[in-house]
Amino acid sequence: MDKSTFDERKTIAGPMHSALRHDSAHKHVSGTADYIDDIPEPAGTLHGALGMTDRAHAEIVAMDLSEVAAYPGVVCVLTARDMPYSNDISPSHLDDEPVLADGLVQFHGQPAFAVIAETRDIARRAASKSKITYRDLPHFTDITEALENGAEVVTKPLTLARGDAEAELELSPRRLAGRMRIGGQEHFYLEGHIALAIPGEDDEITVWSSTQHPSEIQHMVSHVLGVPSNAVTVQVRRMGGGFGGKETQGSQFAVLAAVAAKKLNRAVKIRPDRDEDMTATGKRHDFLVDYDAGFDDEGRIHAVKANYAARCGYSSDLSGPVTDRALFHADSSYFYPHVKLTSQPLKTHTVSNTAYRGFGGPQGMIGAERIIEEIAYALGKDPLEIRKLNFYGEKGAGRDLTPYHQQVEDNIIHRIVAELEESSDYQARREAVIDFNKSSRIIRRGIALMPVKFGISFTMTAFNQAGALVHVYQDGSIHLNHGGTEMGQGLYVKVAQVLAESFQVDISNVKITATSTGKVPNTSATAASSGSDLNGMAAYDAARQIKERLVDFAAERWQTERENVTFVPNHVKIGEELVPFPDFISQAYFARIQLSAAGFYKTPKIHWDRNTGRGTPFYYFAYGAAVSEVSIDTLTGEYMVDRVDVLHDVGKSLNPAIDIGQVEGGFVQGMGWLTTEELWWDDKGRLRTHAPSTYKIPLASDRPRIFNVKLAEWAENAEMTIGRSKAVGEPPFMLPISVLEALSMAVASVADYRECPRLDTPATPERVLMAVERLRATKA
Amino acid sequence: MTQSAGSIRFILNDRDIALTSVAPTGTLLDFLRLERRLTGTKEGCAEGDCGACTVLVGRLRGDDLIYESVNACIRFTGSLNTTHVVTVEHLAAKDGTLHPVQQAMVDYHGSQCGFCTPGIVMSLYGLWLSKDRPSRAAIEKALQGNLCRCTGYEPIVKAAEAVGRTKPDALFEPLLKEREDIKARLKAMRSDRTICLGDAGARLIVPGSTADLAETLHTYPQATVIAGSTDVGLWVTKQMRDLDPVVFINGIEDLQSIQTNGDGITIGAGVTYSAAFDVISAHYPTFGRLLDRLGGEQVRNMGTIGGNVANGSPIGDTPPPLIALDASVTLRSKAGQRTVPLENYFIEYGRQDRRPGEFVESIFVPNLPDGDHFAVYKISKRRDEDISALCGAFRIALDGNNRVTSARIAFGGMAGTPKRAAYVEAALIGQLWNEETVKAAQTAFEQDFQPLTDWRATAAYRMLAAKNLLMRFFLETSGGEAVQIQRFEGVA
Repeated sequence: MDKSTFDERKTIAGPMHSALRHDSAHKHVSGTADYIDDIPEPAGTLHGALGMTDRAHAEIVAMDLSEVAAYPGVVCVLTARDMPYSNDISPSHLDDEPVLADGLVQFHGQPAFAVIAETRDIARRAASKSKITYRDLPHFTDITEALENGAEVVTKPLTLARGDAEAELELSPRRLAGRMRIGGQEHFYLEGHIALAIPGEDDEITVWSSTQHPSEIQHMVSHVLGVPSNAVTVQVRRMGGGFGGKETQGSQFAVLAAVAAKKLNRAVKIRPDRDEDMTATGKRHDFLVDYDAGFDDEGRIHAVKANYAARCGYSSDLSGPVTDRALFHADSSYFYPHVKLTSQPLKTHTVSNTAYRGFGGPQGMIGAERIIEEIAYALGKDPLEIRKLNFYGEKGAGRDLTPYHQQVEDNIIHRIVAELEESSDYQARREAVIDFNKSSRIIRRGIALMPVKFGISFTMTAFNQAGALVHVYQDGSIHLNHGGTEMGQGLYVKVAQVLAESFQVDISNVKITATSTGKVPNTSATAASSGSDLNGMAAYDAARQIKERLVDFAAERWQTERENVTFVPNHVKIGEELVPFPDFISQAYFARIQLSAAGFYKTPKIHWDRNTGRGTPFYYFAYGAAVSEVSIDTLTGEYMVDRVDVLHDVGKSLNPAIDIGQVEGGFVQGMGWLTTEELWWDDKGRLRTHAPSTYKIPLASDRPRIFNVKLAEWAENAEMTIGRSKAVGEPPFMLPISVLEALSMAVASVADYRECPRLDTPATPERVLMAVERLRATKA
Repeated sequence: MTQSAGSIRFILNDRDIALTSVAPTGTLLDFLRLERRLTGTKEGCAEGDCGACTVLVGRLRGDDLIYESVNACIRFTGSLNTTHVVTVEHLAAKDGTLHPVQQAMVDYHGSQCGFCTPGIVMSLYGLWLSKDRPSRAAIEKALQGNLCRCTGYEPIVKAAEAVGRTKPDALFEPLLKEREDIKARLKAMRSDRTICLGDAGARLIVPGSTADLAETLHTYPQATVIAGSTDVGLWVTKQMRDLDPVVFINGIEDLQSIQTNGDGITIGAGVTYSAAFDVISAHYPTFGRLLDRLGGEQVRNMGTIGGNVANGSPIGDTPPPLIALDASVTLRSKAGQRTVPLENYFIEYGRQDRRPGEFVESIFVPNLPDGDHFAVYKISKRRDEDISALCGAFRIALDGNNRVTSARIAFGGMAGTPKRAAYVEAALIGQLWNEETVKAAQTAFEQDFQPLTDWRATAAYRMLAAKNLLMRFFLETSGGEAVQIQRFEGVA
């Protein structure tokens, strides 16, 4: 019937690979996108606040909460004893993470009780009325102190080894060793943690949680309440940012809200204040890297030995896989003929550190890039020259084996770097920078080109699975649900594009719905950049199942071969006949065709044996490169990022607009980590940078003055990913390591580039100035 | 005056509001979200640093109606009398058509998680109303008080540039369409009568005039005087302090005057940083650049130089330049006025020369004599919207032989109060203004200051940077060399 329309419309609106806007963009800008605090509260909703301790390490001798409980408007006070079944929410199942401190305080600010009151304001005020008596225990908050005090590890360390690093270091023509301190990072998601628990019948409870991992919240709530998982439903439509900070850290809020809600049979919301959120939730791990590298006069690396010690905080949380991933990326893009890498996940009396975009990878990579930089300064060469000399070779050329014995099969780093070097005019600009520095006494410049190679997949193989639930209703409209969560990264719109493409319908026919453990079970965290790889494929699988049934139906009804049935824009073509999609679906319904399917996907090929340090933990690698140019003021250490050029590989992009946003945003966030974002603990173990007034993430005026970001349009995933695309969330976060090295070059100019400045991070104006002073002193 | 009288009246989007019962420290953000369920405005930090709660507040200035972005999280509802509060919900047309500022943000992919977005939309909206074709510098300035963790800002700046090329159209633009109506409604609300609400323990007073303020403080010497609430706001949201009574002075018109005469500038205590910007930057360009980096736009639209001085913070940005410029502060009480040199006003950490019943009425900044050199420099971890690690202000006079005849140098962040560097000054006076003199004088900083180490900087860095700022000042006054990073053409 509708042939004319079809002729005009050769394609659908919103297929895969199109630059669609974010599905909620119009709601974001008008304030109508609901976050959990915006959902109308059920009548009688109560509000919770955390009661925080003020010791870094102490026994709780006595806890007098009488004034808290007596505060007008307080409904109840919860302590560890009030947890119905368990007081533990350790995601590593090492039983080392209490919901509420029970007799022992292990970091300054650790919650020891929770207040539930009629309003949030009352709960917060009441929480300050506790009288806790402590017996102080010795505390250590940073890695150096932890090492000096023989701190234990929170989880089993990892060793990656190939060849004989010790022997080859001895035999290498040249050798250097050094140490680098890498700072942590606060996620600073704009929407803080929040949970709203609504009690149901029997043992049932529903929790709205700002989480990247609804299944984990479900498990923790069920564990603490002592009810089966089927009693707990966890939902989230969107988060106001996650970045890894909402992978495990939402549990304490969700669990406390759930416990109170069941106890009081009233809805309970807990939304910590920003300062409490920053104090009581984990951050990116700080690292102390000790490296020892052997190389030759050309700059070719012979052997590398490195130890990665990490500040993990008081419990294991995700520190095991985070420190593992640091080692997985301690090669960056370089082949090490002989290598030995070790991790040291140290226990400290600080909040337990957690996932953060890159998940240890950036820290691993930055250590490798420091080795390259050191070699370059030792030999008086451009670090880029050393980089190229040490890149992994083409597949099968003998220089393609990682320290974890995975073969790099999809290497495109040579092409990426060559194209960027050309398009950014790197060589001429480097010469200009050196010229400028000759004649400028106070202002100095630096430039650096940095590659990125990032392994994609959860290193815990089991997590590489996903589900989706797709319904097609009688009117042809489509309901999409999957296990991934939306935190701004554009996952929902990408997966909707997959469905639109699969069914060949305009994307406006696809309704994206809130993630719910009741719809798709046993999901993995939306993390490790895997969201669209996993959930896109699961949705594709669901669509495939429904389409197969529809094709069978059409072949039978129209008495034709299956191959004569095709899905064309907003229609189904059967032989020569075009049936509008809604009409076709209606007919299928009356023919009693099941129009709903649960899709499933598991990543093929991967395996990993942590005990032997061997395997293929990654399905593929994502690549990219950046050139950064900076200016510094050698009187004050102040600086500016003058220009950045990026060429990044996202395979065949599912949505170039979303992907560019991830690259630009990841870059600036990574730049913040390496420049102005400083976590500072005082001698009492108190985090003093616990709000935006003291913790400084980049502003619009900090972004590069010139920012040229391009996707490698020729790129295509060598593996069979959804639409041959690649993951994009984390890889660009490492591009701004180039900013750090450019700052370093500007500093090095004061000593004629003869000494590697060894800038630690974050490279605040203070660290830059102090490095300038240090180099000037050794030069003199 | 102790009895409740009047109400806090304002317009919220299109609705007239009259509140007879207002918590003295209730915030506008809570009012919007909890009482009005206008949830487009978000809470990101509750301390005026992230901008997720940005709304516009319109107020009459003479016959003009001006709209400024403010942080609803630290703006008290009681301070809104005779204003027009505009939230993100007011922008789109009734049929859902997005406002051009909103549409530009969509078109340029300016939102990802979307949580900061309503605040960013409001900041850009404020810019769009006030500036035609804004430069990148102007856009960045308008966004200094807005944090976005997702986008890296590039698409937001592009959206602002794009929409800046289209002029507001009175047919579609709500605030232009309503302008005369809103003005008339606000004028009708105007009153110079003092408003007193609440009972003992939770009193709120909005004096109608400076004389009423003096009277109020005579009755309640323990009152907390609030102009911009950019500091007091945090006492409430973070420290949960109970304040009684609170006295809002932001609506008192005679405290908002800026007067210039042959001797200098007199700035009323109620003058916001934004309102003072033009006159200060015209007289002392580097002081203007300092104001450009103080807080974000929202904070500058609320906070006052009077408040910055009155609360006596050792890291306030304006005291160092004001001391170097030999400013004086006029304090007023029911008994009368007195004027003290600003440098004497700061006694020690947390203590100022302000007697019970007194309030800061104005600050006088004398003109810089011809030939005097003056500059102020702020050093912070992040360039914009950060609190100073240190802030140094320098002023010298030279004779015909290039000899230093006088020097006033003042620093913030180096001691418990904003403080002069007397030893450094002494090391300069009488000497030739050259690099040797500067190098010799640099060591005198160690006699003047023993700075602290904290999260903003170590003592060693503060000392070294202070010394180097003197060198920067010398190099700048002697010309020729590039000594500061140029961010935009001609702008340090």
